[in-house]
Amino acid sequence: MTAQANSLQQPLGLQTISRPPRSLWSDAWHRLLRNRAAIAGAIIILFFIAIAVFAPLIAPHNPLKIYDGKGFLPPAWVTRGPNGKAGEPQFLLGTDSLGRDSLSRTIYGARVSMVVGFVPVLIILVVGITMGLLAGYRGGRTDNLLMRLGDIIYAFPDLLFFIIVMTALRDTPIGQALNGLILLFAALSIVNWVGLARLVRGQVLSLRRKEFVEAARMIGSSDTRIMLKHLLPNCLGPIIVSTAFSIPGMIITEAVLGYLGIGLRPSTDPHAIFITSWGSLLLDGQTAINAQYWLLIAPAICVALVVLGFNYVGDGLRDALDPRLAGTE
Amino acid sequence: MTTYIVRRLLWLIPVIFFVSLITFTLMHATPGGPWDRDPSARQVDARTQELLNSRFGLDKPWFINISGGNPLDSQFLNYLWGLVHLDLGPSYRQRGLDVQAILFKPSEGKPFFDSKFGYSARLGLLALGLAVVFGIPFGIIAALNRNTIIDYITLFLSTIGISVPNFVLGILLIIVFAGQLKIIKIVQANWSAPGAWFIPAIILGFNTFAYITRLTRSTMLEVMQQDYIRTARAKGLANRVVVIRHMLRNALIPVVTIMGPALAGLVTGSFIIESMFAFPGMGRQYVMSIQNRDYSMIMGTTLIFALLIAVANLTVDVIYGFLDPRIKVGD
Repeated sequence: MTAQANSLQQPLGLQTISRPPRSLWSDAWHRLLRNRAAIAGAIIILFFIAIAVFAPLIAPHNPLKIYDGKGFLPPAWVTRGPNGKAGEPQFLLGTDSLGRDSLSRTIYGARVSMVVGFVPVLIILVVGITMGLLAGYRGGRTDNLLMRLGDIIYAFPDLLFFIIVMTALRDTPIGQALNGLILLFAALSIVNWVGLARLVRGQVLSLRRKEFVEAARMIGSSDTRIMLKHLLPNCLGPIIVSTAFSIPGMIITEAVLGYLGIGLRPSTDPHAIFITSWGSLLLDGQTAINAQYWLLIAPAICVALVVLGFNYVGDGLRDALDPRLAGTE
Repeated sequence: MTTYIVRRLLWLIPVIFFVSLITFTLMHATPGGPWDRDPSARQVDARTQELLNSRFGLDKPWFINISGGNPLDSQFLNYLWGLVHLDLGPSYRQRGLDVQAILFKPSEGKPFFDSKFGYSARLGLLALGLAVVFGIPFGIIAALNRNTIIDYITLFLSTIGISVPNFVLGILLIIVFAGQLKIIKIVQANWSAPGAWFIPAIILGFNTFAYITRLTRSTMLEVMQQDYIRTARAKGLANRVVVIRHMLRNALIPVVTIMGPALAGLVTGSFIIESMFAFPGMGRQYVMSIQNRDYSMIMGTTLIFALLIAVANLTVDVIYGFLDPRIKVGD
């Protein structure tokens, strides 16, 4: 009898010395911190955010200042460029056709990419989550409307829609606001909120008949409280992952539109916050791709690095929040 | 199955309707008319503008004619009526040419595949072909050698391929191969030489290649753990037979599903790659129409691209239903 009691106590004793319980979120956080690729991605993103914020302090020259007679200088370490000119130490990555510092312009370009990555996401999150929760929880007409709207937006290939919007509305007041960025934000949000709303709707549909929701309703919680306190926290994982993966897509879109000449309008106003974007820099450099290739290398590598960074963080978040999927893709 | 295909085909009608409605509305919301927006050219005087407007039907109301006469005689409805007859209307910039003639008609005495559409289609198919032919074996080899150096190199390459936008990759490759090593020419004078096609096709298809590699690898890894693979090995089948007959067949099904999005990616990728290499295809024509603000060209080409993508998605869904009996698409 006593022996049996001892053997029963043994496992209980073991349990008390095990590690303190961790919440789901801190568990995910620790998994994320162990993921080296995700950390590297986060460092890249933080680096470019810092560059974007402190651009005036970091940039060695005013990105708009034209140095007469110093057009198309090669990078500083080149002693004889294709046009016979030598690089100068004050222009580390050379100059463009007008004699503006290439490095400074690339640094200022980070601002546009970062803003395009983060601002539309905020709009998409607010609209997408609200609509998704309402459609999933209330059902009925809201749900129908959302699904039909989604069908229409899905039918229109994304990039084609952006190109049409940016071409058609470029000369309207909204197209000129903030050098065209406002229009770009609007277009990105219109296309992307539907995907998020559908994701949230699906999650809510699978959760709303669960016991904890019934229990909340039983004790008299309002619909708003159930949606925000009980349903939303349970959808956060997929929302975070899909958001992280949508950011690089938007950055690429901006770069592509800039490269086609219908993105941000390069500004000549010294007080403007957004002076040029990597896409526009690539467009400028494209004309001289054979001889003055250095104009393209820096913005091209920057776009690639930022997108790579966001993809690594997205992969890490997915693995951290849903360990069952880890390593399958 | 037939009902399903018919239903999906009928769904194309509202898709095309909404795409043309949105495009039409946006194009007409543009301030100014199509004639007064070319600052480099001589400005068109008022009388000529009037004549041009009436010739192209731009003096008619947008959607519904409420000012008397035939209520259906509006710009949008006329455009839709033209669509039904496969008539995309005249180009505003290239006078005397219809949109469909610019896109689909080859120059005198040339076969159909020498039209702008034909050039783009050939480039797209070559890119897709390269992506499949290299992507699937890479994925298989990586999965069979899991966690070895081969696997890591493949994963690294495909991560880069997915992350780096293809125009950035194109720029870097041009700088290296054309600018520095001088192996290829950037501006090909002559696209009849088959060798000239490979660099643009590789760049265009690289993203697709990376997706196919990753997907083949991950589905192969999943299939390798299935019971029927153990059974096949227990029967004493040769490794080659197990891999090809049992694994590959099942691992390839998910690869089919990404063909729809892959084609959409090839279409949108073609705008940039074709412009970059001055390739005489539809994508470059589209970018040029955007720069010239040739509205009827932009509308017509957008519709054709949208239709292409919708048809590709439909085809993939139908093929998927045939390939995987577990999936009943008819329901």
